[in-house]
Amino acid sequence: MKRDALSPANWTPRTWAMAVGLAILALLPGYVELTGATFYLDLASRLMILGIAAVSLNLILGHGGMISFGHAAYLGIGAYSVGIPAYYEIHNGFIQIPIAVACSALFALITGAICLRTKGVYFIMITMAFTQMVFFAFVSIEEYGGDDGLVIEMRSEFAGLFDIEDATRLYYFIFASLLATLYLVHRITRSRFGMVIEGARGNERRMHAIGYDTYRYRLVCYVIAGAICGFAGALLGNFTNFISPEMMDWTASGELIFMVVLGGTGTLFGPILGAAAFVLLEEWLSAITIYWHFLFGALLILVVLFWRGGLYGLVDWIGRAAWRKRS
Amino acid sequence: MDWTLFVTQLLNGLQLGVLLFLLASGLTLIFGIMDFVNLAHGSLYMVGAYLCATLAQVTDSFVLGVILALPLTALVGLAVEFVVIRRLYARDHLDHVLATFGLILCFDAAVHFLWGAEGMAIRLPAVLDGRVEILPGIVFPTFRLLIISVGLLVALGLYLVVTRTRAGMLIRAGASNRTMVSALGVDIQTLFTLVFAAGAAMAGLAGMMIAPITEASIGMGNEIIIVAFVVIIIGGIGSIKGAFLAAVLVGLIDTMGRSFLDTLLKVFISDQNAETAAPALSAMLIYVLMAAILAFQPQGLFPPKGR
Repeated sequence: MKRDALSPANWTPRTWAMAVGLAILALLPGYVELTGATFYLDLASRLMILGIAAVSLNLILGHGGMISFGHAAYLGIGAYSVGIPAYYEIHNGFIQIPIAVACSALFALITGAICLRTKGVYFIMITMAFTQMVFFAFVSIEEYGGDDGLVIEMRSEFAGLFDIEDATRLYYFIFASLLATLYLVHRITRSRFGMVIEGARGNERRMHAIGYDTYRYRLVCYVIAGAICGFAGALLGNFTNFISPEMMDWTASGELIFMVVLGGTGTLFGPILGAAAFVLLEEWLSAITIYWHFLFGALLILVVLFWRGGLYGLVDWIGRAAWRKRS
Repeated sequence: MDWTLFVTQLLNGLQLGVLLFLLASGLTLIFGIMDFVNLAHGSLYMVGAYLCATLAQVTDSFVLGVILALPLTALVGLAVEFVVIRRLYARDHLDHVLATFGLILCFDAAVHFLWGAEGMAIRLPAVLDGRVEILPGIVFPTFRLLIISVGLLVALGLYLVVTRTRAGMLIRAGASNRTMVSALGVDIQTLFTLVFAAGAAMAGLAGMMIAPITEASIGMGNEIIIVAFVVIIIGGIGSIKGAFLAAVLVGLIDTMGRSFLDTLLKVFISDQNAETAAPALSAMLIYVLMAAILAFQPQGLFPPKGR
């Protein structure tokens, strides 16, 4: 049975959606090469970076039930971990990216140790407040541009082995990172560790009773999610060639949550769909009117009120409908 | 240390404190009774400021502007409660946070549409625009003194309403056990709608009070609302007393930190290092305070009773 699940004939609609999505992303640079529409390459790069961030947020929010309203902090920390070394003319990605991951993990460890002592709405607000703390800290450090941000003159280069200065090469670097993240998160959620995290979301007291120290499991999960998002931040810094505290404004954290919920919480591929929908909607709506935030906000409210399953739920629904027709 | 500067900053801190209280008291009541997280509370602060600015322009009087804008802000609050928030009570916190985040986007865009991208200044009457000598050698802007007194008066009024009236008794009862109050035949929905409108009016009042100093601008509520959240976390969500003490504490620490931290640091480290570190550290001060308090009291200084 297990081997059968791998053959396309037995794929679920979800697997199909994921395969088609990834295939489009993999082939996009070819299309751009033919048509010269580099705009789409930029759009898809941004989409994938935010997708990685949303996948990491989903690990704690969807699987762990920890509603962090401060996940953008790691995007900022990751981006500054590229920007600050670059400011001192250290462009080696083998130094920058480990710094990004380590700093994010450390920040997640310190703040997580405090945040996870609290529950419910306290947790939401305290994660938000800690991110605001980092935001203001960077706003007031004049050396690194303060409010105005910092231009990254040169993208990361990997000890002469390869660089990501070229847009297509950067694109495939991001794409590979996305695949690696999806695989990592897939393995984590299917592991014993992932089961404990899910269990603690479902019924923490029971997990306690059978002998799990849920606080520690949650903290580890929180740190992993922070580290992944820090990595996404390093990609974002490289992609935009510019960093500013704006990246970790609390509204950015809200947008990440929106992506996760829009795509479907607790699913592997949902957050990527959510990030895609978010980026495309943003492009599309902002072309219609300068007051597009209104439409965006209204859409957000409608999604929350009437459409809980997210886009991934929609995929299932279409799949079921098609299946009914066939039989 | 400069004595006059110290007293002036103490008063400035108090002024920030009472503003935070005006915001935080509504938030904490709304959360206390309905278990509802309202991120859009800062938008009502902004709406209050804009309404007041327009009405002050039309009537040519700041005081009239405030008097007219207060009920209007409460009406906006009622409308929001009726259209969106009412449908969300039964949902979880994630839905509250997301939907009210959507509301913020809507409010900011709507204000942009109605009032334009430029901020709106409010001109104060001459009586309020001056300075007074409060202690020998210490002059302080009259209007900031007015903010402090208005804030303290509202705090006192709120205290009396909550502790001495029947409505206040229901609010307290609702905060400790909503289901029980409802089972005893109290229309908790109406009670909550009223509390929401009152919270909106208080948030709007805070916006009206700050607008003559900073002018009304888009997104003005989005920063201060986080500080208001810090206040209610420190104070204990649901507690008015906690909100008041925490608001004053946060207001004082933030203001004093920004003005005196560099002087304090210079005692321990070199002048140059102190000048670089002080702005970043003082910006982080209230969050460190919050972390320190939560490390010992995960539910804040005055945790809610009965849950």
